[in-house]
Amino acid sequence: MEYSKKVMEHFANPHNVGVIEDANGVGEIGNAKCGDIMKMYLKIENDIIVDVKFKTYGCASAIATSSIATDLIKGQPISEALKLTNKAVVEALDGLPAVKIHCSVLAEQAIKAALSDYYTRQGIDPVPIVGVIEEHDHEH
Amino acid sequence: MRYVYADNAATTPVSKKVVDAIIPYMTEHFGNPSSLYEVGQVASRAVTKARQQVATALGAEEREIFFTSGGSEADNWAIKGAAALGAKKGKKHLITTKIEHHAVLHTMATLEKEGFTVTYLDVYDNGIVKVEDVEKAITDETCLVTIMYANNEIGTIQPIAEIGALCKKKGVLFHTDAVQAVGHVKIDVKEQNIDMLSLSGHKFHATKGVGALYCRKGIVLPNLIEGGAQERGKRAGTENVPGIVGLGVAITEACENIDENHAKVKALRDRLFEGASKISHSRINGDRENRLPGNFSMCFEGVEGESLLLMLDMKGICASSGSACTSGSLDPSHVLLAIGLKHEVAHGSLRLSLSENNTEEDVDYILEVLPPIIDRLREMSPLWEHIMEAEKVNQA
Repeated sequence: MEYSKKVMEHFANPHNVGVIEDANGVGEIGNAKCGDIMKMYLKIENDIIVDVKFKTYGCASAIATSSIATDLIKGQPISEALKLTNKAVVEALDGLPAVKIHCSVLAEQAIKAALSDYYTRQGIDPVPIVGVIEEHDHEH
Repeated sequence: MRYVYADNAATTPVSKKVVDAIIPYMTEHFGNPSSLYEVGQVASRAVTKARQQVATALGAEEREIFFTSGGSEADNWAIKGAAALGAKKGKKHLITTKIEHHAVLHTMATLEKEGFTVTYLDVYDNGIVKVEDVEKAITDETCLVTIMYANNEIGTIQPIAEIGALCKKKGVLFHTDAVQAVGHVKIDVKEQNIDMLSLSGHKFHATKGVGALYCRKGIVLPNLIEGGAQERGKRAGTENVPGIVGLGVAITEACENIDENHAKVKALRDRLFEGASKISHSRINGDRENRLPGNFSMCFEGVEGESLLLMLDMKGICASSGSACTSGSLDPSHVLLAIGLKHEVAHGSLRLSLSENNTEEDVDYILEVLPPIIDRLREMSPLWEHIMEAEKVNQA
């Protein structure tokens, strides 16, 4: 199993690591037992994601997918972030080993979890917009 | 950048002495040991000499040593062979531990499918099996007890002589997978009442692809490979002459220097433990004292092993982990789970395995590089955040 150069770049120097103190959307997905947890912080103004930060516990691909996913949605309207698929995340990283594809799913889910939290805070039911986020399970 | 190889439990570099010894057996002494002319007989004599060297190192007789492709083959042969011998007498029960290498555990799983029953003994939180548990597990149906000499992940050394004496008393065959132990700790198969023992050359500076099974005379294992008369007809096929020559040289070299190397490597390892134990929320895996001299195994909470290994690699340090991501499965190492670690703790494991080639400078470099890497991973870890929050709540 070997990682692409892109994965290693994002793992060695991940973008957007940290916490947004005044975030208005926060989502966490994954669990410690499985060995990966992603937490996304969004700052949304006028339906635009003006800032995004993450914290990830997990393997190199979990950290790299978090990094690239935050790059892909930063400065984008919510509507674009909702369209982000795990496939796009994998492509942006020049591929992931087959056993690591679940990490990209985790990144997609973490963003959706944060967006759900954003809508909930606005008093809007997130389900019709974001959908139901399936909890990360053992079917890696 | 400094380069530190600290994964000697995975494999070791081939020693200069071994390289020098084996090259002639690929060039001028290339003959087939089964050939009668001189170039063949030179090779044949070299195989005989290596067999004597291995026998001497183990306190065995030459005729009790069978060369194999490595440890896994020796384990498979011993266990499947003993099971077949047992089945002939209607004995279809085997005893092992929960922390064996997969060469043993997967062989057991295959035997279970074939109708054998297997007892997997606990090793408790120190990673060491209790002799009384072995005794309790032995029944009239038991055909084999197989317990590893020393564990590959946590380095714990099992009470082999006591188990050997017990098995002798009970009339049950006793095999030990000594792949991690040979060349590093003193072994005497007669004194320790070991019936069969597996070893692998590349764990003590011989080449990959060569190992041996010691099988006490009187135990007639089924043939492993049918064909020519090599290995007393039990394991046919033209001998891996260069590999076998190297194995003989390497085991002799390791055993000649065993006390000196043991002391040196243990001192380095203890220095590592001492330094790394200063990292908060860390723990040593397995018994602190009763372990292989070069084995360091610790868990660091809130970090994941694969990330830790890759960051160490970026600093030139070769290490290993029992996290799920590095084991290629969903669960962390069965060994770490067997000593009672929670999944989330086991994911943060780090194994460093030292050899006599390592230096104090290597250890100090690891201790310089490791804490900031762990800090960095913890800084970006939501799990670490949860651990810290839980502590705050507990303190309040």
